[in-house]
Amino acid sequence: MKRASWLAALLLALVVALGLVACGGDEEESKETATPEAAATTTPQAAVTGTPQAATSTPVVRSGPKEVILATTTSTQDSGLLDVLVPEFEKDSGYKVKVIAVGSGQALAMGQRGDADVLLVHAPGSEKALIDDGSAINRRLVMHNDFIILGPDKDPAGIKGMTSAVDSLKKVFDTGSSFISRGDDSGTDKLEKSLWKKAELDPKGKSWYEESGQGMGATLQIANQRDAYIICDRATYLAQSASLALTLLVEGDPVLLNVYSVMQVNLESFDLVNGPGGEAFADFMVSEKAQQMVGEFVDKKSGKPLFIPDAGKTYEELGMKTPFG
Amino acid sequence: MDLIWEGLRESIRIIRTGDYALWEITLRSLLVSGSAVVLSLFLGIAVGAAIAFNEFRGRKLVFSLINTGMGLPPVVVGLLVSIFLWRSGPLGHLRLIYTPTAMVVAQTIIATPIVTGFTAAALRNLDPRLRIQLYALGASRLQMLWVVLWETKLPLLAAVMAGFGGAISEIGASQMVGGNIAGDTRVLTTAIMLEVSRGNFAVAIALSAILLVVIFAVSLVLTTVQQQERR
Repeated sequence: MKRASWLAALLLALVVALGLVACGGDEEESKETATPEAAATTTPQAAVTGTPQAATSTPVVRSGPKEVILATTTSTQDSGLLDVLVPEFEKDSGYKVKVIAVGSGQALAMGQRGDADVLLVHAPGSEKALIDDGSAINRRLVMHNDFIILGPDKDPAGIKGMTSAVDSLKKVFDTGSSFISRGDDSGTDKLEKSLWKKAELDPKGKSWYEESGQGMGATLQIANQRDAYIICDRATYLAQSASLALTLLVEGDPVLLNVYSVMQVNLESFDLVNGPGGEAFADFMVSEKAQQMVGEFVDKKSGKPLFIPDAGKTYEELGMKTPFG
Repeated sequence: MDLIWEGLRESIRIIRTGDYALWEITLRSLLVSGSAVVLSLFLGIAVGAAIAFNEFRGRKLVFSLINTGMGLPPVVVGLLVSIFLWRSGPLGHLRLIYTPTAMVVAQTIIATPIVTGFTAAALRNLDPRLRIQLYALGASRLQMLWVVLWETKLPLLAAVMAGFGGAISEIGASQMVGGNIAGDTRVLTTAIMLEVSRGNFAVAIALSAILLVVIFAVSLVLTTVQQQERR
């Protein structure tokens, strides 16, 4: 008797689990068929309400080829740039882009495991590793802006107006002024670590040095609350400057260049990667149209341009002798 | 403080204009978490009934495992589900990662122990003679279960509420397995996080207010049903 009821419970659980997988498949298929309509009418509501109806009536259309997973850094999403570029690409190509905004570290790791189709990142030193091990191909420059060093108005380390990023970090170190690091292995984090390395200093473990482990926007808010120094990309800073009490203290050092590249995940290294889709997005990013949109894109609040288009240039032309890392 | 007023004003504006794809995001939150709760009800009642009605060795252990599960950290669930659903994972070929389905799976895993725990507790509190009597009247096991569940429908509604609350308010799993993709997997909680990291606090507050109203509305409906039953 006991065993029977257990079996029944187990069976029920199994049936539900199977149903789940089956209905999961349905949803996936219906989404594929629902997307073109949604794209045509550009009403997202239609996509949502359309899903359940479509699930019952549409034939099987396997997904995959029409879907592109873009792994990118938080700054491209937080600044709003992708909100402009992605719909344009979707309209032109018919692909549907899934933007996964994470730190560049995680984005690169996703590329390395074939969990994404195309990468838009800003960590030149680490990007090379993916090219070298064959997981990604065809790296191309897309755009750049720069990193800046922000800090409290009082500027206890006295770095305002300094021209060398490394020297200003030395002063922060010497005065033991509060400093917030991303600490998440993102592109910004890698740059910051490379600057400390150049300064031959190790702030790790110091009481004034803290790691947030979060995205740029969130980390900026922490630094703001703590009156701390921070290295930030200009796009995120401009997008948030209205809600910040921090002041821009150091800028213009060539080592602070922030270069974004696009590369596609190598179809030949992974079974499930959408090679053509990734390539289409990468091509779009360096196309004349997208480059013009990048150049014309301004921050809504400050009205300032956030990125300078760079397609076709080389790292050397941008004044970078050795990419950080 | 100004920020809160600004946020409330913003929420009224967003509600009035339907800006920010508000209805779409709210509807998706309800759909995803609603489906997760329905699935977790099937699983939770089956498992809950099995452990409430049967004496077996290790039952205490099972009970404490379920109680632990009631506090299952969403971010851990998110990571585990991601590992399975990533393309490089064992179920990668299903291409479910970054879909609403993946979010339903994760939230079901979060809600199921909650529903199971509530169900088991409710059924345990039932007078055992009821079951004996039902069997004596010639009820089948399924008929018995049906009557017993009907008798415990009030605590079961509490299970639904707790499960739904856990599902719709979690963010760790939704962010990780859903990816917060606009027009696809963005729900209220992940949208709030995004707006905070964009520095749009007013919008974030507006979305938070709307999330609270949604949870309140759902529990109001369930509580009304519960109270009417009691009368």
